[in-house]
Amino acid sequence: MASVNVMRKVEISSDAVSVDGVALPVCGSGEAMLDWIYRTHVGGYPKYHKMDLLCKLGFIASELLLAGEDGRFVPRDDRAVILFNRTGSQCDDLRYLSTITEGEGYFPSPAVFVYTLPNIVTGEIAIRNKYYGETSFYLISGPDTWMMLEVAGQAMDCGGVSSALTGWVECPGEDKLECMMMLAEKTVNFAD
Amino acid sequence: MTAVCAADNIISPLGWTTEENIAAVLAGRSALMPHEWAFGLTEPFVASLVDRTAVSERFGAYAGMYTVFEQMCILSIREAVSAAGIDASSAALVLSTTKANVDSLGTPHYVPPADSAARIAAAVGVALPPLVVSNACISGVCAQIEAKRILAGGKVPAVIVCGCDVQSRFIVSGFQSFKALSPQECRPFDASRCGLNLGEAAATVVYVAKDRTQSGGWILRSGAVRNDANHISGPSRTGEGSYRALRHVTAGIAVEDLAFISAHGTATPYNDEMESIAIERAGLLGVPVNSFKGYYGHTMGAAGVLECILSMHAFDRGLIPATRGFGTLGVSRPVDVSAAVRDVPPRARGFVKLISGFGGCNAAALFLKGGE
Repeated sequence: MASVNVMRKVEISSDAVSVDGVALPVCGSGEAMLDWIYRTHVGGYPKYHKMDLLCKLGFIASELLLAGEDGRFVPRDDRAVILFNRTGSQCDDLRYLSTITEGEGYFPSPAVFVYTLPNIVTGEIAIRNKYYGETSFYLISGPDTWMMLEVAGQAMDCGGVSSALTGWVECPGEDKLECMMMLAEKTVNFAD
Repeated sequence: MTAVCAADNIISPLGWTTEENIAAVLAGRSALMPHEWAFGLTEPFVASLVDRTAVSERFGAYAGMYTVFEQMCILSIREAVSAAGIDASSAALVLSTTKANVDSLGTPHYVPPADSAARIAAAVGVALPPLVVSNACISGVCAQIEAKRILAGGKVPAVIVCGCDVQSRFIVSGFQSFKALSPQECRPFDASRCGLNLGEAAATVVYVAKDRTQSGGWILRSGAVRNDANHISGPSRTGEGSYRALRHVTAGIAVEDLAFISAHGTATPYNDEMESIAIERAGLLGVPVNSFKGYYGHTMGAAGVLECILSMHAFDRGLIPATRGFGTLGVSRPVDVSAAVRDVPPRARGFVKLISGFGGCNAAALFLKGGE
């Protein structure tokens, strides 16, 4: 059995960000804060502007986590993206629901509907980083770090997965952000 | 230790048990029907929908305490757990769903999926916190791969996997806005295919950990999840993720070992074409291919579980299922689509399930009968 080591960690709340425990100065809150981080620390990726709030949150966390990594953007399939939350894509679900009211208000949008799946954020991260490996999204009752690392660790015990972006990515309401994303790596423990 | 299928159940418009469902499929019966004004939608659609009243009646006295989604999951899990003879209180529960209770979103009765999973776990006597896989259309295969991983960890003796989705105004309108729905019964891999049908089902499989040498049943031998890293809503033109998943699970397996590939086969122009490319790239053109969508439509979170159960039971009867709706090959690669029921060749030891979904995700699983 391999053991799992957390190499880096990014935490994002509605109005604060930290990278490996060190606060990152930010401007604004909620979606405006994410957009500010995108402009200040990322940029050059127009797809960001199409994303729903959950995808923006996961995308920004992954960018802060992976910034400066050697060999980034080289296609690979040995890194998994395994994320968790409680409400799935509820924020975008409510947005889509408002487009399908009875009568005059009925105007369903495919551009909104496509984000009504929480695993879209794992796909956005895979596309950005050219990860051809496992992408998974799980719903659990709360941000249980032990449980999340256990699920990611089980994936790493299967052939071909050496590291994972894992953690909690949740938008419990309009402009409310909860995120704790980790870069976890597998180290084979020869003593086992 | 390995993951062995101990028992299963399917609840769908074609029956309340796996037996009723496999009999209907092998007889060529479909649950797809035209629906007008269903869910208050002006545009008609073809779908496979369960009778909600019949579900509540079968559920019995406490049906009112649970949502339709929960009632279907609980009914299906109870059947499978009872047939497996396991103690649910020591088992883990992995639920597979894409939209769970979205039919009541925006009302005071709405229950988020993780909370619904906890209610289902309590109702069926599972003590451990449940896990919900929400990986779009591939969730049902992912949930079984997760079950195999949990069993490999050695902490629980059994894992219950249940896949379920119920249709609603929310989901149907979304697929209509995507122009993804066929106005007729869908025609997987056919030249005239023009879209998918949606469906409803709950399907449960109970996996137990057994010593490899002792097992005589169905083994989930290998599973893989791979991303296209290409587009969030369109399949890869090179079948990248499906190819990589197929390659992983069939490594070391001869084409003759495989009775068939149970494809996703949604009958959208792009999906079936992509699968044909992935199958060719994986060197599996010699393996018969089939799709169950002509019987059930796309049952979303249930599909990966439902279609693996049907595949196991068809194989057990020595039969390769037919692809209802298929007539003339309409994909660019010469895949051997089963138009009619065929016999399983004597050398075949199992089958492969292939599935793909939004978010660019793809999964494959290899099932072998009676050991390694």
